[in-house]
Amino acid sequence: MADASWLTEFPDMSRRELLAIRKSLDGAYRDFSREYGDTIETLFDPLLSFLVWFENLLIQTPWWIILVVITAIVHLATRSWKLSTGVVVSMLLIGYFGMWEDTMRTLSIITVCTLMSIALGIPIGILMSRSDRAQSIVTPLLDVMQTMPAFVYLIPVVMLLGIGKIPGVIAVVIYAIPPVIRLTNLGIRLVSKEILEAATAYGATPSQRLFGVQLPLAMPTIMAGINQTIMMALAMVVIASMIGVKGLGQPVLKSITNQYFTLGLMNGLAIVALAIMFDRVSQSYAKRTQRHLEGQDHG
Amino acid sequence: MANQENTLIEIEGLYQIFGPQADKVLPKVQAGASKDEVLAETGHTVGLQDINLSIEKGEIFVIMGLSGSGKSTLIRHFNRLIDPTAGKIKVNGHDIMQLPMKELTEFRRHKMSMVFQHFGLLPHRTVVENVGYGLSIKGLKKAEWEDKAKSWLETVGLAGYEEQYPSQLSGGQQQRVGLARALCTDAEILLMDEAFSALDPLIRYDMQSQLIELQENLHKTIIFITHDLDEALRLGDRIAVLKDGKLVQVGKPVDIILNPADDYVRAFAKDVNRARALFVKNVMTAETPICEAEADLATLIEQYGIAYRVVSEGEFEACCECTSAGQGHWYKVPSLKRGQLLQEILPTMLGSKLALPVIDKQQQLCGFLNHQELAKMLQLPSQLEAA
Repeated sequence: MADASWLTEFPDMSRRELLAIRKSLDGAYRDFSREYGDTIETLFDPLLSFLVWFENLLIQTPWWIILVVITAIVHLATRSWKLSTGVVVSMLLIGYFGMWEDTMRTLSIITVCTLMSIALGIPIGILMSRSDRAQSIVTPLLDVMQTMPAFVYLIPVVMLLGIGKIPGVIAVVIYAIPPVIRLTNLGIRLVSKEILEAATAYGATPSQRLFGVQLPLAMPTIMAGINQTIMMALAMVVIASMIGVKGLGQPVLKSITNQYFTLGLMNGLAIVALAIMFDRVSQSYAKRTQRHLEGQDHG
Repeated sequence: MANQENTLIEIEGLYQIFGPQADKVLPKVQAGASKDEVLAETGHTVGLQDINLSIEKGEIFVIMGLSGSGKSTLIRHFNRLIDPTAGKIKVNGHDIMQLPMKELTEFRRHKMSMVFQHFGLLPHRTVVENVGYGLSIKGLKKAEWEDKAKSWLETVGLAGYEEQYPSQLSGGQQQRVGLARALCTDAEILLMDEAFSALDPLIRYDMQSQLIELQENLHKTIIFITHDLDEALRLGDRIAVLKDGKLVQVGKPVDIILNPADDYVRAFAKDVNRARALFVKNVMTAETPICEAEADLATLIEQYGIAYRVVSEGEFEACCECTSAGQGHWYKVPSLKRGQLLQEILPTMLGSKLALPVIDKQQQLCGFLNHQELAKMLQLPSQLEAA
């Protein structure tokens, strides 16, 4: 080539070609979403109605009943008066500062997202732990899910399903599910080979091994994964609010655009309070169910 | 083997090759290529090579070898935790390699149980739940196995620990739980993979004693893996020595010590505490110089250096010198039992100037033991070489 500009400038694709690629991909996806968008949306209808029902339940039930129920759940899970009191105080403060309804909305979507992540993530993690091939396929996918900026996968989701709760849930689940998958896989793979051999030697079937040995022994690791998943779901609340998910994220978004520092701080603190609550409760629940790991402390 | 009817487990032509293309490497190994050659040429590791064994009902069969000899791999073939590359494993005459998955599970539930080196207890279950594990996965309800599990715990000396978790017990206690779990399924065959190797010497000795004691009542067929010859000699009715995946020698403990098949076994046997491994019957002179008439006395003493006469059942007097008239001075002597370990009779022997009579179970004289023979036997081969 006579022209040696490729030495100084990257020999990139011409703008026109790039545009053509973008146009055809965008066009194809748009056609796809026009063609199937409605069908896919109806697939999610049951989930949507559950979401709406659950959110309404939390909002319309008188606040003190909710408070009692939450405190009861926390206390049953942790058996700790300290934690229960902490939860009551922070919920009262949240309510006092006028964030009760938004908090309930966030609580409902986080609960649903966490449950979905667990329901999908644990089986995927189990599958990964059983086959090295599945692991080699899923691991890079998880890497992409965790590092791809959330806004990028929000675009196709919004194109397909529009703005609202369902795309929000999908975005949150995509972002929050990797830890539970990874740690389920890891936890099962870390189960002592000899214990597993013992189970096999005594005639345990594969499902007896899974439910009787592998999952219970992997539980501390899986619980750590669930804990991470909850934290990541909460972190997504603000981003999800950009596509119409109501809750504590929206006031934060509003305060970014309008520079309302105090509003942002208060709602931010409410998210932090929720996060701490979820974290402490799930951790101390996990710890309480793993009594046998405490060793000879009380022997 | 000697007695076909008594044979419980037979292993024929067993090969285990580790690697992605084990089947292709197999002919080469069968043709007799060595472990190193196979590794260098194909990258496959030969785990076991042409193993043929037959194990009799009710015996403690010890498989001994150093680490890397393939002993733990071998024991995992008995219940097919590992499948061999080639070969047959017959239990009661049925080749268990032919069993489909479901029947294999049934086989494991009923025929064999296993004790592991690092105990293999389920940490999230209590001690009693661990003991009942084999029964609970058969689908029995807790009420049905709980009493049985508790009684086995009591047998191994852990009554009162039912509701503890394994991590709350010491190593020796945990292995007792492992043993109770294995016994609780009533399986005929007990596989013990270095079961006592992780324990302190003192506790190990206790556990060995307990196993011997249990075996006297239970008559299980026990396959015991160890790297410790003293343990092998103490427990084993027969011992198989494994080296680099090959069987070097199978025989009774005495054969291993007194007639080692090659240098490897000799090296093993060299420093063993013979007083704890050999029995009176292995060392005694199997002659019965009983003096019934005084006229024979001189001949007997000339021939054997000692003569005995029966005082009452199982009690003897000995004489080692006589006058020309055939008169001897008779001393009362203690008698030894055929089945006693040398260690047990040493004090008696040292306390006596005369060779001592050995009696069998019927209290009849079956031989005698003199000090020279005993000293020769107790001398370590390494000392002999030095001399």
